[in-house]
Amino acid sequence: MSKTKLKLEESPRIRELKFILARMRESPLSILGIVIILAFTLIALLAPILAPPTPGRDPYIIPRSGYFPEPQPPSPEHPFGTTEGQYDIYYGVIWGTRSAYRIGVLVVTVSAIIGIVIGSLAGYYKGIVDEILMRVTDVIFAFPGLILAMALVVAFGPGLDSITLALVLVGWPTYARLIRGEFLRVTSEDFVEAAKAIGCSDLRIIVRHVLPNSIFPLLIAASLDIGAIVLIAAALSFLGLGAPEGYADWGQLIALSRNWITGRPGDPFAYWYVYTIPGLFLFLFVMGWNLLGDAFRDILDPMIRRR
Amino acid sequence: MRAYLIRRLLLVIPTIIGVTLLIFGVTQLFDPYERASLYIRDPRQAADINEIIRKYGLDQPFYIQYFNWMSQVLRGNLGWSQSMHMSVLEALVTHLPATAELALYSAPLIIIFGIFLGKLSAVNKDKAIDHATRVVAIIGWSLPSFWLGIVLLAVFYGGLGIFPPGRLSPWAEAMIASGEFKVYTGLYTIDAILNLNPAVFLDALMHLVLPVTTIVTINVALIMRIMRSSMLEQLGKTYIIAARARGLTSKEVIDKHATKNALISVITISGILTAGLLSGMVITETVFEFKGVGYFAANAATQLDIPAVLGFALFAGLVFVIANLIVDILYAYIDPRIRLG
Repeated sequence: MSKTKLKLEESPRIRELKFILARMRESPLSILGIVIILAFTLIALLAPILAPPTPGRDPYIIPRSGYFPEPQPPSPEHPFGTTEGQYDIYYGVIWGTRSAYRIGVLVVTVSAIIGIVIGSLAGYYKGIVDEILMRVTDVIFAFPGLILAMALVVAFGPGLDSITLALVLVGWPTYARLIRGEFLRVTSEDFVEAAKAIGCSDLRIIVRHVLPNSIFPLLIAASLDIGAIVLIAAALSFLGLGAPEGYADWGQLIALSRNWITGRPGDPFAYWYVYTIPGLFLFLFVMGWNLLGDAFRDILDPMIRRR
Repeated sequence: MRAYLIRRLLLVIPTIIGVTLLIFGVTQLFDPYERASLYIRDPRQAADINEIIRKYGLDQPFYIQYFNWMSQVLRGNLGWSQSMHMSVLEALVTHLPATAELALYSAPLIIIFGIFLGKLSAVNKDKAIDHATRVVAIIGWSLPSFWLGIVLLAVFYGGLGIFPPGRLSPWAEAMIASGEFKVYTGLYTIDAILNLNPAVFLDALMHLVLPVTTIVTINVALIMRIMRSSMLEQLGKTYIIAARARGLTSKEVIDKHATKNALISVITISGILTAGLLSGMVITETVFEFKGVGYFAANAATQLDIPAVLGFALFAGLVFVIANLIVDILYAYIDPRIRLG
């Protein structure tokens, strides 16, 4: 009957995704970022094959060969050498990748969930809930993140779990604010009014109508934060507030190198491997996420995007 | 302007109450015995913990405790630091000049390099020079400050024997201890000028090179990034097209019009830069054994010296609140839309 077939209109979300992917392909830096992140993901997934742990032992504890205080240079047995106290650096950086992902993904997921719940409530109901949220986030924003996290870790007692908890407590307000802002924008749209008019419950409106339209920026912001979170966690570990000695953790491995910076008389770089290798892993990991984040920021910035 | 100033100054009060409530909230994570250390002014008092708990109402409800704690804080009593064997306030005051000296050299360099690189990048958008500056910035932003510090120490101090850690060489410290060199400000480079002592000046400067390089490298990307995007934003505005249409040269358009307006956003971001500097000081001072407040706090944290860590957090929060106040006032001064709006 109809002369022209109705063209299926592309959903704006699909169009947005296509736009982002097209822009990403044009940017060599973001591709480099993706490659680095994929490489680290592979290392984390393949850790049991790349550095097989001794059966029956906690795989996150680095095996040590003896207790000799002086680091030993790379050898067939220890491809990246050993630290003071003879912890194997190769094993440490491989399983350290898993530790990094564990803390990064855990902190991001938990803080994003808390942020979504609180931000949604504040953005949807506004009023006093919103007012309280904004004042609480104002105060947490008024603190340099590392310093607040440091105070919290001291309060909880040093350890990786304390670092995780502290970073969640410091991190969620950013996401709550982001979701709140999106909610304020979306809830003023006609389709939300329409849903209210036909008698949808608040929960249904939030979950089915508003959230799908406001969660996208948060997902991107949160996942790109993994690099920054791993960096702060490593800094706290470096200060001696994180994992116990011998735990596979980049920050801790770098801390173990501090006594060996100046080398031996006549051979100033005798112990180059103790600080170079774990530091390079941490640096590349963080850089991978930052490369991706930088590309995204430009793509998503409405002021400069379509030029 | 005056109405805006008064409004902005009044806003400081609730923020400071918020900051102190947050710190106080952290203290509630400790049991009363540990918390008692926040009220000790002298190690001799530690003998009678129960007396302190009773005196400051540490077993009382939240608001009474907060009130008692605040009245101590306002009197400058932040507790006793076991790691430094002095009161927390005294420890902060002792360590402050070193941090101030680091900030004195780092902050201007970060802003100058950041503005220069951001402008360079924006004017050459998508050209090789833009990509190069952005890569350099991302590398700086991604470098773990403690690792960068270690590598710099290994190369320059370990390898070349220059730029040692610490604040002064032993001979210069001996000179200060003997009273021959008078300490006026505690900022050794400035004191050396006041003492007309070029040797100490050079020595202090040599010790500053690596920590300042570390802090600048890590933080320059923040300013660069904001300068680049706000410059791009300005360059796309109609007044720029109008200026070009009037026949102004590219250089005039960029220098006289776009840069001026782009700089406003650099000012607004300076508050965040302060936070970056404060966090950076903790790590950088630790790596270089540069004995400022950050070194003191990190050292206290590893020894679980609770009053010292909380005292430092309170100090950092206040610095941040004041920095933001200054930024807002500057912003209002420059941009009439803010003070009249």
